[in-house]
Amino acid sequence: MADDALFEFLHMEIVSHVYKEQASRERVSCVSALESMGFRVGQGLIERFTKDSPTFKDDLDIMKFLCKDFWTNIFRKQVDNLRTNHQGTYVLQDNKFSLLTQLSNGKQYLEEAPKFLAFSCGLIRGALSNLGLESVVTAEVSLMPSCKFQVVIQKT
Amino acid sequence: MSRQSNRTTDSKKMNSELFTLTYGALVTQLCKDYENDEEVNKQLDKMGYNIGVRLIEDFLARSSVGRCHDFRETADVIAKVAFKMYLGITPSVTNWSPAGDEFSLILESNPLVDFVELPDNHSTLVYSNLLCGVLRGALEMVQMAVDVRFAQDTLRGDNVTEIRMKFIKRIEENLPVGDE
Repeated sequence: MADDALFEFLHMEIVSHVYKEQASRERVSCVSALESMGFRVGQGLIERFTKDSPTFKDDLDIMKFLCKDFWTNIFRKQVDNLRTNHQGTYVLQDNKFSLLTQLSNGKQYLEEAPKFLAFSCGLIRGALSNLGLESVVTAEVSLMPSCKFQVVIQKT
Repeated sequence: MSRQSNRTTDSKKMNSELFTLTYGALVTQLCKDYENDEEVNKQLDKMGYNIGVRLIEDFLARSSVGRCHDFRETADVIAKVAFKMYLGITPSVTNWSPAGDEFSLILESNPLVDFVELPDNHSTLVYSNLLCGVLRGALEMVQMAVDVRFAQDTLRGDNVTEIRMKFIKRIEENLPVGDE
């Protein structure tokens, strides 16, 4: 029964480590290292979490589950706003994202924010992947601690 | 009905799984980045140290323990308050050395190693080495220099996980120059 604070501390340290150790590499590969870690964790978590649930009706049902139950379990609150164009693109808006609240309360450190969102993007992509949806997840932040995750479902 | 009642216990369990899985992803990434286990152990210790120096503040703010008067009290606080608060387990404190400067924490279960198995080519990896760094960093912030290492590890075939902590010295507070 690990405490919530432990995950936040660990996440901060992982971000710091990846950027320190890969200082010679480009920024892009740091983000992808974090994102792929998040992907593995997301895959594992969604399996544990949904092993007893019935199958989902459709993509929207999956996204709603992600915004409510999945988000609550990981970030202790629900996603504040879910928008979609009903053609495979979803935008999840969290006005008080728990991994950004300690960073800043406005525009300070805006350039650093994406580093702290990469892992969570991977988390979402990993969760969706194990529910059968391939996606591309990006994050956008203009005023902390609010941020938006854009999920584009890839149709095969 | 059963899904509803599962929810509250599930959320606590889910959080510990989030931490456990994230830690696992971290160790996997480190094993990929560094060629040998020794290097990975060192990195885990360093990262643990960085976490520990911040965690101690969170701990002191949330628990109401005052300053410990001796190493025995420190050991009890670590086992009964800190481990319980952060990992939900209460290790036992045993094997005190005659001088009273060294003891063991015996963990019946280690939340970090749920779902984990060490492959044969990583037999010298100390998987939970982050914990050693955390303890070392946290205690350094309260003026205690300690040496922390794993004496037994369930991942390597032992029955229990044993962390050995040795008190090295008290760190003198360094006042800034000119501050008398």
